[in-house]
Amino acid sequence: MTLKNGIRSCKNLAVRSLVAFFGLGTLAAQQADDPPIRAIQNIFEPLSTPALKIHETSIPVLLICAGIFVLVTSLLIYIVVKFRQRSEADRHIEPPQVYGSSHIELAWTVIPIIITVVLILITARTIGEIQNAPIPEDAVRIRVVGHQWWWEVHYLKQDENGEWVTDFITANEIHVPVGTREEPKRTHFILESADVIHSFWVPQLAGKMDVIPNRKNELWIEPWATGTYLGNCAEYCGTQHAKMKIRVIVNEPEAFEAWAANQRQVPTTVEPQVALGHKLFMDYACANCHTVDGTIADGVFGPDLTKLMTRRTLGSGAVDNTPENLFKWVRDPQAPDMKPGCLMPDMKMLDSEVKEIVAYLETLK
Amino acid sequence: MSAEELNAGDPQGFINDPSHPDQPWRLPSPRHVGIISLILTESALFSIFVVAYLWYIGKSLNGPFPHEVLHLPIFASVCLIGSSFTIMGAEFALKKANHALFNIWWGITIILGTIFIVYTGLEWHELIYEKGLTISTNVFGSTFYSLVGLHASHVIVGLFLLITVLISSFRGKIHHDHHEHVEVISWYWHFVDAVWIVVLLVVYIISVHADRPIV
Amino acid sequence: MNPHASDAPIVDVELQPVRPGEEKGSFAAILQDLVFTVDHKKLGLMYFGTGLIFFVIAGLMAALMRYQLAIPNHDFLEPDVFNRFFTMHGTAMVFLVGMPMIFAFANYLIPLMIGARDMAFPRLNAFGFWIFFFSGILLYFSYIAGPGLYDAGSAPDVGWFAYSPLTLKAFSRGHSTDYWTISILLGGIGSIATSINILVTVFCLRCKGMTLGRMPLLVWLYIVVAFLVIIALPPLSACQIMLLLDRFLDAKFFDTQAGGDAVLWQHFFWIFGHPEVYILILPGFAIASEVIPVFSRKPIFGYPVMVAASVMIAFISLGVWAHHMFAVGMVSGANTFFAISTMLVAIPTGIKIFNWLGTMYGGKIRMRPPMLFCIAFLFQFLIAGLTGVMLAVAPFDWQLTDSYFVVAHFHYVLIGGLLYTIFAGVYYWYPKCTGRMLSEKLGHWHFWLFTIGFHLTFFPQHLLGFLGMPRRYYTYDAGRGWDEWNLISSIGVIIQAAGILFFVINLVRSYFKGEKAGDDPWDAWTLEWNTTSPPAEYNFEKPQVVRSRRPLWDLKHPDDPDWKYE
Repeated sequence: MTLKNGIRSCKNLAVRSLVAFFGLGTLAAQQADDPPIRAIQNIFEPLSTPALKIHETSIPVLLICAGIFVLVTSLLIYIVVKFRQRSEADRHIEPPQVYGSSHIELAWTVIPIIITVVLILITARTIGEIQNAPIPEDAVRIRVVGHQWWWEVHYLKQDENGEWVTDFITANEIHVPVGTREEPKRTHFILESADVIHSFWVPQLAGKMDVIPNRKNELWIEPWATGTYLGNCAEYCGTQHAKMKIRVIVNEPEAFEAWAANQRQVPTTVEPQVALGHKLFMDYACANCHTVDGTIADGVFGPDLTKLMTRRTLGSGAVDNTPENLFKWVRDPQAPDMKPGCLMPDMKMLDSEVKEIVAYLETLK
Repeated sequence: MSAEELNAGDPQGFINDPSHPDQPWRLPSPRHVGIISLILTESALFSIFVVAYLWYIGKSLNGPFPHEVLHLPIFASVCLIGSSFTIMGAEFALKKANHALFNIWWGITIILGTIFIVYTGLEWHELIYEKGLTISTNVFGSTFYSLVGLHASHVIVGLFLLITVLISSFRGKIHHDHHEHVEVISWYWHFVDAVWIVVLLVVYIISVHADRPIV
Repeated sequence: MNPHASDAPIVDVELQPVRPGEEKGSFAAILQDLVFTVDHKKLGLMYFGTGLIFFVIAGLMAALMRYQLAIPNHDFLEPDVFNRFFTMHGTAMVFLVGMPMIFAFANYLIPLMIGARDMAFPRLNAFGFWIFFFSGILLYFSYIAGPGLYDAGSAPDVGWFAYSPLTLKAFSRGHSTDYWTISILLGGIGSIATSINILVTVFCLRCKGMTLGRMPLLVWLYIVVAFLVIIALPPLSACQIMLLLDRFLDAKFFDTQAGGDAVLWQHFFWIFGHPEVYILILPGFAIASEVIPVFSRKPIFGYPVMVAASVMIAFISLGVWAHHMFAVGMVSGANTFFAISTMLVAIPTGIKIFNWLGTMYGGKIRMRPPMLFCIAFLFQFLIAGLTGVMLAVAPFDWQLTDSYFVVAHFHYVLIGGLLYTIFAGVYYWYPKCTGRMLSEKLGHWHFWLFTIGFHLTFFPQHLLGFLGMPRRYYTYDAGRGWDEWNLISSIGVIIQAAGILFFVINLVRSYFKGEKAGDDPWDAWTLEWNTTSPPAEYNFEKPQVVRSRRPLWDLKHPDDPDWKYE
């Protein structure tokens, strides 16, 4: 195992110097009780089981490739240097004409075959380990539905018939409990799409999995470090593909439970000072696309807003969820500094109306 | 360079080499290589439509389904497959320089092909206007019309070629040494028939009897 | 049987009366000549010229995209404009640059190398060129005509592999996707026509003595390419037909609401798409296999093995398509199968690299521009092959696919591999086409600037992939570790562009002022050097006869001819 450790420490050194060179991320939208933002999603710094398995597969592959690279490049350089035509005088004598050699050619056929067999064995093992892992009883199950250009997130629970049904709904920011490497805590995703193909990718947690309409794909993670992991949609899905971001907030189990309990709570009353904003929200088309539990708003084309203020970003990670940004977003999400091309239209509301609506939205927590 | 220049070093071994002037130098006919390439590429095109058809068997969300609307086109198939034999008769007649016989066999081939295409037209008319299956009804409709339609369009192209030859023949322009031209058309026609056998199997037999997706 | 190889007297066209507007050298005459010509050499040069123009346009689009991505949150290009740019860049580089470039070399060289007077079907050849030409015009015309009824943007913005259902009416309104589809359908017909022509030419028009085993490797590799085209292009045409039926007749092939399958498009597209990679890179191998022996002064090492390896590559490439789809959620058995088949490609490819090295070993390597580009090709293609092996490891691919790592990988293949050999081929055969040498000095500037720029642009993109940057992003946030590498990558583009500028200047300047080349400036061995530079319309005055793979070697060394050893 010393070889393995040696490889790991070399790799860690390389990765750390790389990270040091980049400097640390400066992404905002962090609040005091949130786990730290993990902005640099290096695939060689895995923090969850499938990502680790991929990482462990990739190291021998990289080493073999590096070996071949060094060997062949040295050979190339040697040949070019050694067999250069030295002078013009040398020109008229042709070198010995060699047409081939079956022994040499056999050798350089057999060696690549052996290397390929090794690579195939490594690959096949990891594919099975990741794809065919059984789902533990206590796994958190989440159904993620990709939309142009945001993520609908259903936390699932088992009803009395044993069917998995929606517990509560949120969007774009996925909270999951943390485990340890010894006692992993599984979160299992079922990925579906409402329109075109997307792909769910948080590099430090797992490889990517496409999100395809009319199909159910599955993906699992077992994170062992808390943090706010930044991920992305990785399959081109239209205008705002670049701003279809994912946040996976990995938190202590207690914090996760507290968050989930709050998400389940359905508000029953509208505070009187935001009644006007509430009325405007329902009168304008907002309610056609967005759901706010406990009200008549039950649209499904846009993200569920019942607990909007518990989320750190707006527009699937397009901007931070600050009062100022919320105002700008509601007034015109098509503005160049918001998310131009997104499917939420500019409703051409007066600033005063926007202010009322924002006041109402700010009570949704 | 010329044969003499090559000859210089080794006059003895040279005699057996294909480059020697006395050695025959035979190359395949461009028409044959061309038509074989065309048939290869057409086969690749058809196989994709066949795969699409197989892929979507049993996956239509709404009817009509294959077993409700399709019935085996026995007579049309006999006509089309029979036309492969009649065209061989025509080829044989041309090689023997028997022009009258060539015209008869060639004409019968055209009639058989026409019967087939008329039958397909009637079948489509019935499917569209009586059974309500169009290309936009369901995935069965889409794959059915595209596959059968692609084949029918090849039959029409083939008929066009056959009729052109027949007209030329009536005007006395087809001679014994055109047998290679005629052969090329007949190979194409055999290919179209072979595709029909696959279509028959996939569309009218497998999909009619399959009650759930097979892929 | 064969009209081209006959000893028929050549008619002197000069004797025909000159009509008004047909004076030699007038613009009208040149234009008329270009439109009416069925000469394989002129068509070859027209393919090259058209490809070069599209290359510059698509390259400029790439430069603008790199400018947008140079810094985070840059607002130089709007998202839709950026999306159209990468779609047009990819589509144009594959179908309007790669394909015509490979056909340019095929058209010009194959008849010369096999000692024929033209392609087997010269008019079909012209048809193939013009249908390609109009497919290119049609694609770019979408910038003007694409909006259609709904004013929903202009040029196509669905990506060059256009995954359904993004291409369906519901998500791609207007007609931009229709232009894309029809353009590719047309281009496919042209490519198939040209490939059938290549096959017939090679099998039926070889000069006396040129058995299959004596053909230059370039000709062999083009047989393999032509076979791949006629087998792999029809699936592309088929899925474009299905898409057109979906868009115009409301068919349900890819309509997921009606039970259609989005993944079916991916299967059909990549059944074409992966062999297409080999369709593009095998001509690169072909050029390298001609240039490396001549500049090493040795015959190609292991000719039969090189042929067998090429056939193997083509054969395996037909069974690897789903390695583009490891992340779509196939069952583990399918993922394993496609990982294995993909890795098998590494074996014949490795053999080829070793055989090129074996050719150079023990030779007297002349470091002229064609050889420089070939050596760089070997180095870069090695990197491309090794990153390809990494991508073939399916679990690793789950991290790497659709990230900038893939972008880096295929640019190393298509630029580092194909484009470098095209450059090598241009420096090598330009004297034959024009009768003048390209400037070596400008050639060195071109080589070093382009090589430095190329590695500066694309090497950092591997690292961007490791750091989780997905491809096709019009912008990105600061602080994710992507800033510096993106900036370096964009700076490289400027250096590459300078290199290309030297190349174009060299092409134009040498045409007028270049050193006279003579018939055989490189002291080479294949038949194209056995005629004048540029060759007459009928190619060879006398029918050619060959007795070995290197007929001109036999001629130059009567004491030690090749046929003693073959």
